[in-house]
Amino acid sequence: MAVEARIPLARPAASSPADRARVRPRSLLVDDWLLLGGSAAGSFCLVWVLYQNLAAEPSVAGFVVWWFVAFASMYWTSVFRLQGRVLATDRLMSFVIAAGAAAMLVPVFVIMGFVFYKGAGVITPHFFVETNQFCGQLDGPKCGGVAHAIVGTLEQVGIGIVIAVPLAILSAVFLNEVGGPLRRPVRIFVDAMSGLPSIVAGLFIYAVWVIGLGRGFSGFAASAALSLLMLPTITRTSEEVLRLVPDGLREGSLALGGSEWRTVWNVVLPTARSGLITAVVLGIARAVGETAPLILTAFGASVMNANPLAGPQESLPHFVYQYIHYNPGSAPYQRAWAAAAVLTLLVLGLFAIARGLGAAMSIEARQRRAARRDRRLAKREAAAALSQKRAAEGAGPS
Amino acid sequence: MSATAEPIVDSPIPRRGAAATLEAIGVSAWFGDRKVLEGVTLEMRAREVTALIGPSGCGKSTFIRILNRMHELIPGAALAGEVRLDGVDLYGSDQLPIHTRRRIGMVFQKPNPFPAMSIADNVLSGLRLSGRPIKEPRRIIEESLTRAGLWKEVRTRLGAPGGSLSGGQQQRLCIARSLAVQPQVLLMDEPCSALDPTSTKRIEETISEIVNDVTIVIVTHNMQQAQRISNRCAFFNVDEGSPGGIVEIGPTDKIFHDPDDPRTADYVHGRFG
Amino acid sequence: MADKIYRGMATGSGLLTLVILCLIGVFLVIRALPAFRQMGFAFLTTTKWQPDGLTHQFGIAALLYWTAVIAVIALVIAIPVSIACALFINEYAPRALYRPLTALVDLLAAIPSVIFGIWGFAFLEPQLVSTSSWLDQNLGFIPIFKVESGNVAGSAFIAGVVVSLMVQPILTSVVREVFSQTPAGEKEAALALGSSRWGMIRAVVLPFGRGGIIGGTMLGLGRALGETIAVALIISPSTIISIHVLQSGANSIAATIALQFGEASQQFGIPALMAAGVSLFAVTLIVNFLASLVVARSRSGRGVEI
Repeated sequence: MAVEARIPLARPAASSPADRARVRPRSLLVDDWLLLGGSAAGSFCLVWVLYQNLAAEPSVAGFVVWWFVAFASMYWTSVFRLQGRVLATDRLMSFVIAAGAAAMLVPVFVIMGFVFYKGAGVITPHFFVETNQFCGQLDGPKCGGVAHAIVGTLEQVGIGIVIAVPLAILSAVFLNEVGGPLRRPVRIFVDAMSGLPSIVAGLFIYAVWVIGLGRGFSGFAASAALSLLMLPTITRTSEEVLRLVPDGLREGSLALGGSEWRTVWNVVLPTARSGLITAVVLGIARAVGETAPLILTAFGASVMNANPLAGPQESLPHFVYQYIHYNPGSAPYQRAWAAAAVLTLLVLGLFAIARGLGAAMSIEARQRRAARRDRRLAKREAAAALSQKRAAEGAGPS
Repeated sequence: MSATAEPIVDSPIPRRGAAATLEAIGVSAWFGDRKVLEGVTLEMRAREVTALIGPSGCGKSTFIRILNRMHELIPGAALAGEVRLDGVDLYGSDQLPIHTRRRIGMVFQKPNPFPAMSIADNVLSGLRLSGRPIKEPRRIIEESLTRAGLWKEVRTRLGAPGGSLSGGQQQRLCIARSLAVQPQVLLMDEPCSALDPTSTKRIEETISEIVNDVTIVIVTHNMQQAQRISNRCAFFNVDEGSPGGIVEIGPTDKIFHDPDDPRTADYVHGRFG
Repeated sequence: MADKIYRGMATGSGLLTLVILCLIGVFLVIRALPAFRQMGFAFLTTTKWQPDGLTHQFGIAALLYWTAVIAVIALVIAIPVSIACALFINEYAPRALYRPLTALVDLLAAIPSVIFGIWGFAFLEPQLVSTSSWLDQNLGFIPIFKVESGNVAGSAFIAGVVVSLMVQPILTSVVREVFSQTPAGEKEAALALGSSRWGMIRAVVLPFGRGGIIGGTMLGLGRALGETIAVALIISPSTIISIHVLQSGANSIAATIALQFGEASQQFGIPALMAAGVSLFAVTLIVNFLASLVVARSRSGRGVEI
């Protein structure tokens, strides 16, 4: 306030800031919007007329592609004529880049929507509690269910988790807390292992366990293969989470005379807990959908086999893979789609849990919370200052 | 990237000596809901160096970024007021930021040449990026580097990468790069704060040589520097909890020796800030 | 004492990865020995895959060729799309969309490959069949677009498109991470010189991210080479090496293992599949090592780039 009082000379009387609207400057002018709308509408009409007549087999996707091509060339030409090459290319590239992002992200919805559309019809409550034991091709899509596959998936992934998580978190602790000269090679190997083809993991377990030790197909063999695939995923994510734990906490604990082990166990891991859970859930989400290694390890079955240690066992992804080979429209084919919908839902649920946990503990969320707190404090202080000032002013004249 | 057709509504390319007066009228600025600058009105005259001085956090940098529309690149940034270049409001509804930035160059606190480009390409990068035809590249390179006081040091290694120069040389390369596009105004945001005294001296010499062709606005924390190079000074200040603003504007001599406001006197004599 | 145990255990599990990788290599090679003995070096050059046929002739040549073709098709599509997506998230999209968009990318990565596979043949293939025919009719004079048999279902092209969707998430996240490390000063410098946003990206962001693009591409290549179920569900298996990628008939090492496993005999079939597995393991391991080297180098800063 005092600032304004002292600079009457510097500011023309007509333009006090209160008169002026606050603006967020834009980089697109009215003309640009008109050009954009015009090009979009014009190219739509053009392609509508031409494509329907010229294309051998018109399809929606083809129409969209040609529309985009026509739009891009029209728009580029008109911006080029009016505003020059640099701006024309710039505007065009924003659309090309947005189109690229759409080409990648729209399929997410298309895939999930399509799977639910194909599978939802068959899903009834008993689909979750019955097995496929007595259902043949002629029994109708609503016969039987995926109970045995769900049990198999839960057991295989569950045991896989029990094997992989302690090892993965210990490896992450090694990479981030222990270190030493082995750190770099181990990290490179973890990176390399995260690209291990899942079928190779299956082959390995098959070679060692199924025929090497002569144990035959079993759910446990599948768990072992899945744990090989989860190990690097969970290690890498956990390592990133551990890196976010502030060094101050570690130093504090060590300064209090805590041993390294106590520091990690009592300070570092608890601090990173929700992040570690996120890492584990992401690992589960990857393992739940793996199909290739299961063919070679659990093999698949149409009966319930709750014993993971012996005998072939079914799982959701394998169920899908096996029955999708039947004729389109046949009952097993429809059951495969239903199982695919269940699997997608499962993955989606796991993913939502992981994201939810991740969001709650992310740095940004913490900063947002801190910022909200700061703003509240600042408001309170400002209010206090104002009332003090009022009181002082009220007292001033007397 | 060389354009064959010159854009039709592109801003005219000013020639040397086309320094223009820049006027800010009632400029306020926000980041999100926080107002950081209030009602700044300042005339930055052609062929003069205007120095913006004041303590940290008083909005000088925000203000100078508003002058060539760099402010709006920050998410959540907003502003009010007008900035007029030769009488035309740069924030008018028919103005595009990239046209403004071609006429008003900027040199940043930290030297930021393109490290992978050669020195010569760095100088020409502004012309290339704005899609203008480059006639006589040799002449443009030599002239710009000479004006920035760097030609003698680098003329034998124009092909070396821009990142291989020393800090002071990099900053002069950035000045040369800005000058190559023939701007009407050159904004400098604490250009010497990361440099040693010798480099600082070279840049000050450069400023006094180019000021005849281009209006210069410089933010500086160095009072001696402001005194040495500027014709006029604007003193910015900020009170706790309120947005920053200008306290006093005047010829440099007056600001340093006979200011109207006691806070200006306190600041220029190093009693705060 | 507790510290020693703790350090020992952590180091041990760190080294476990290394041990596992070695074990995988050793066991697969041991199991594959009968196959290598049977075929010798001809394993590398034979295109047929008939380990349980009368003459027990089989080799990796055609499988490796088609694996590489599908991976290359996938990457040709995935690279521009992923770069566009990374740029969109980093430079174009409003900040409010940042988290939802990255979540979508991660979600794409989480979709099981069997789902990609069934979607690929039930939804995408009918859509792409007309594209394939169109390319054949209009660009058929270029050999790779030629369709000689008239059948375009189950082609390497269709498998490649599906696999490209599967490698895009990893490619996008690597590229996005490298792009986001572009020095803000250089971006501002380009903009302050009057560059448009695209000009700034071309002059600053893309050159800076080159290492990340190469590294991410190789990481994606590793994934594409090892992709099993989606490819197995889409292709019509063929062991004929052909350049006509739009035409029905393709193959891959991983898909062959999955498809032939059920009928393979212990005497020749399984060892042959093990030998195929060894080849796949070796190729992906090399590609992944190179990828992490390149990414690590590019992350270490711009010193490398100069």
